[in-house]
Amino acid sequence: MQPLNNLVGNLTSKLAIAALVASTFTFSSLASASEAAEKGLTISKESKARDIGWTDSTAELEMTLRNQHGETSTRQMRLKSIELLDDGDKSLTVFDSPNDVKGTSFLSFSHLEGNDDQWLYLPALKRVKRISSRNKSGSFMGSEFSFEDLTSFEVEKYTYEYLRDEPCNNETCWVIVQYPVDKYSGYKRRIVWVDQSEYRVQKTEFYDRKDTLLKTLTFSAYRQHLNKFWRADQLEMVNHQSGKSTLLKYNDLQLKTGLDDKDFNKNALKRAR
Amino acid sequence: MINIKNKWFHHPTMFCLLVGHFFSAQANEFEVRGNIEVQGRFFYEDPLSPEQHDSQLSMAAAPEFFWSWNDNQDSLEFVPSARVDQHDEERTHMDIRELSWVHVGDDWETRIGIRRDFWGVTEFQHLVDIINQSDSVEDVDNEDKLGQPMVNLSLVKDWGILDLYVMPYFRERTFAGPEGRPGIPRVNTDRPIYQSNDEDKHIDLAMRWSHSFDDIDVALSWFDGTSRAPILTPTLLSPTDFELRPYYQQITQLGVELQANLEASLLKLEMINNQNDREDYWALQGGIEYSQYGIFDSNADLGWLVEYAWDERGEDADSTFQNDLFFGNRLALNDVDSSELLFGFSYDLDHQSTSVLIEGSRRFGQSVKVSLDARFFESSENEDPLYLFRRDDHLQLTVQYYY
Repeated sequence: MQPLNNLVGNLTSKLAIAALVASTFTFSSLASASEAAEKGLTISKESKARDIGWTDSTAELEMTLRNQHGETSTRQMRLKSIELLDDGDKSLTVFDSPNDVKGTSFLSFSHLEGNDDQWLYLPALKRVKRISSRNKSGSFMGSEFSFEDLTSFEVEKYTYEYLRDEPCNNETCWVIVQYPVDKYSGYKRRIVWVDQSEYRVQKTEFYDRKDTLLKTLTFSAYRQHLNKFWRADQLEMVNHQSGKSTLLKYNDLQLKTGLDDKDFNKNALKRAR
Repeated sequence: MINIKNKWFHHPTMFCLLVGHFFSAQANEFEVRGNIEVQGRFFYEDPLSPEQHDSQLSMAAAPEFFWSWNDNQDSLEFVPSARVDQHDEERTHMDIRELSWVHVGDDWETRIGIRRDFWGVTEFQHLVDIINQSDSVEDVDNEDKLGQPMVNLSLVKDWGILDLYVMPYFRERTFAGPEGRPGIPRVNTDRPIYQSNDEDKHIDLAMRWSHSFDDIDVALSWFDGTSRAPILTPTLLSPTDFELRPYYQQITQLGVELQANLEASLLKLEMINNQNDREDYWALQGGIEYSQYGIFDSNADLGWLVEYAWDERGEDADSTFQNDLFFGNRLALNDVDSSELLFGFSYDLDHQSTSVLIEGSRRFGQSVKVSLDARFFESSENEDPLYLFRRDDHLQLTVQYYY
């Protein structure tokens, strides 16, 4: 009986120790998890705060789509945006090429919480058509960018986890995981590299719903506007699963051009060309 | 002739100023775009009328000229459109789709001239849409519209957008001629009948308020004037011969549009109340559009559409859609060529007739778009308006060049 008793005793004490170890481990990782969340949030807030006050912007965009065989096709568009401090930004996009979609325009009101509102104007039918807000994960104009990738960054849209410091583009970056709050996001998580000198996003990795690496977005040709706002003139999105990529180039980006809320309604959408 | 030896013109500063001004004016103030198309329709059943043909070729063009000035506060748009058809003299026609001046004020906008304007939310039938007349010879789906002369004041307020219209001239609906296919035989568009003594000079009035409350779009509209949908009235020409004369009555139409975005679905409803001297009625079109994004781990989107049409007048309605069910799919591959496949199916619950549309399209290069459409009509009851198209199943190939 004794050996068995011993064994049982041993086992219980071992289990107890294991439980103790596990609980302290959990406790310590919880503490660091909340610290990591706090740090990730703080950096993201600062990154957003440094970009507040651009008021409005206009830009010409060129998107080069490249398929897995290296064939390319370009799309051109013009983008107007307005910054709202109490809600997400509003934007109006007008397509200039390919020729058959010339004049098609897209109005988007992004919100801090809840669904974004989006309408498309089809000039051939003179029709304003609402787009389901669930299109977040849908492809924008056949590119590797989804609608979600192009909406304004809002702190409230994610929860955060700071991972580590890492060298990036001759700088040191904070590496932070962003978990989308919206259950309809196309992503399980995104990992962003934010540089420590100017809080600019240098790179983003997108993990799909199954948590496998789907896309990598790299930002380059950063320029500072009005001595404050850093904007990348080139964004390249590579889809690792399909082998396709999209290069998005900003030309002639202007901030504080004097646009106001009236430039972003359905009448303005119909008039855009 | 410009005298380029003129001294002031040779002066570099002056030259730069002039050329600079000229080019900036070019860039900001004038633009041309448009398309030309070649289309073939191929029928594989014998026509109902011996005058009709098994194939029909046509060419069309619609250039768009656009000027703007006064920092885009003023603009002028001119869009003529023309089609030449191999057989159908009615389909060989011209129209001015747009010739209008738009002036943008602070919270208002005036649009004066010939224009097109769309009202509505549903896909298979546009009940509320009434500003423009259908250019029915262009396509059987009635999506093409004739330019409507109007004065339109649009107010943009916190409580929504209010549009007010005065329309001083009426446009008659176009119908395919005796050789045109698909077509309604014996329609004589040269002899319309108007309820109003003012005939096509009757001044029509309309108003529409529209607003968005987050996920919900709402619009209420009122129209008073000449009905865009004619009643085809048989008139005896001799004891054995007759023709169909379009009768345009005076109506008052109240319209309601509702659209709610619930997750991946759009719920849509259009409802009208039509008051006229023959028979007042209610009609509605409603349904759901559901979208799937990135299906099969690809970039492709798949849309599902289900709609229902109801008309209080029932089988007596001159509308094709009085108790009809619609089902559709739209597959967009989101590839470089914007390849798309559309499928539409309508079933008349009263007449048990069906009509099917399959439409595939893609772009070639930057400027050429090719569409291949197939339409099938199945109807066995001669009270059913679709019965007239029962032998008109066809393939339609359209090649469009955009510039």
